[in-house]
Amino acid sequence: MLHIINKSPHSDNALESCLGVANSGDILLIEDAVYAATKGNAYEGKIREAVGKLKIYALLPDIEARGLAERVIDGVSTVGYDGFVDLAIANRNCQSWL
Amino acid sequence: MSEESIKKFMFVNRKAPYGTIYALEALEVVLITAAFDQDVSLAFLDDGVYQLKKGQQTKGIETKNFSPTYRALEGYDIEKLYVEKESMEARGLLEEDLLVDVTVLSREEMGRLMEEQDVLLSF
Amino acid sequence: MSHIEVNGKTYETDEEGYLVNLGEWNKDVAEYIAQTENLNMTEQHWEVVDFLRKYYDEFQIAPAVRVLTKAIGKKLGPEKGNSQYLYELFPYGPAKQACKVAGLPKPTGCV
Repeated sequence: MLHIINKSPHSDNALESCLGVANSGDILLIEDAVYAATKGNAYEGKIREAVGKLKIYALLPDIEARGLAERVIDGVSTVGYDGFVDLAIANRNCQSWL
Repeated sequence: MSEESIKKFMFVNRKAPYGTIYALEALEVVLITAAFDQDVSLAFLDDGVYQLKKGQQTKGIETKNFSPTYRALEGYDIEKLYVEKESMEARGLLEEDLLVDVTVLSREEMGRLMEEQDVLLSF
Repeated sequence: MSHIEVNGKTYETDEEGYLVNLGEWNKDVAEYIAQTENLNMTEQHWEVVDFLRKYYDEFQIAPAVRVLTKAIGKKLGPEKGNSQYLYELFPYGPAKQACKVAGLPKPTGCV
C-alpha cells in the first residue's frame, strides 16, 4: 500500500505514526514532509532505518521549492508529479496521514 | 515620533514556508509594520528556520518564491533577525545555509529576548 | 477581471488597471498604462520604472515609498532620492503610479 505524508516531522507526529504502523509498501513524502528526507535533520535516522523495509519516495518539486535538492538522504527516491500518479496507480490502496 | 511611543514588536516565525500560508502572511505584516517606526525584530524557531534556507526554487510547485523578500528587510530598516540554534541543529542547518545575515541565539537567550518585548505576534 | 489592448494584443489587468502577469510587460504596455494615468513618459520616468523592475526582480516585492525613495537616492543621487522629485514625476504617488506603469503589483502596505 501507499502511505502519503505532508507534514513536517518536526511539528507533527504523522511520520512517526506512519512508520510505526507501516510494515511494507511505499511511503511518499510531499509538501512539508520532505524535510524528513533531508540529511542532517533529526529524523534522518528514522528514515534510514525505514529504508530497509519500506520504499521511501519524496516529491522533487517540493524538495526544490524548499532549497533542499542537494540534501536528499541516500536511499530515498525522488519523483515528480508523474511519479506520484504512478505510485497511486501501482498501489492497491492509499493512506494519507493528514 | 517620541521615544515613549516606540514599542518592541517581535514576530515569531515557527512554520515552514509553502506548506502553510503563515510564513508569507508574517512577511507581509512585517513589511506593513515597518511603516510605523517601531522596534521590530523577527525570531525564527522550530520549522520557521526553514523559511531562510538558501536556494529555494518554486517553479515546480507553481507558487511564488518569496524567499528573496527577506533580503529586502534591511532596506525597510528591519535588521534584527534572530534564529534559534537548537532549531537549526535539529534540521541540519548551518548559518551559511541561510540567505540573510542573522543573529544565532540559544533557546535560553531567545526566551530572554521574548520576555523583553512589548508585543509578540505569532505565526 | 479587466483587460487592456495594446498593438492588437490583450493583457489581463485587475480592476484597478494593474497588469496581472508581470512577465507580459513591455515598453508599449508601459506607455499605454502611462497614458491612462495622464503621464508623459520622459527619461526620468523610465529611470524610476526601470529601477522598480530591477528592485522587484531582486526582492519579489514592490517597495514602499519610503524604501523606494531611499534606494533611489542611493543609486541615482540625493537630488532624485526625495519624495518631491518622485511626486513631480508621478503625482498620484511614485509607488502606486510608477509600479502600475512598471507592470508590478501594488506595493505591500500601500494604503
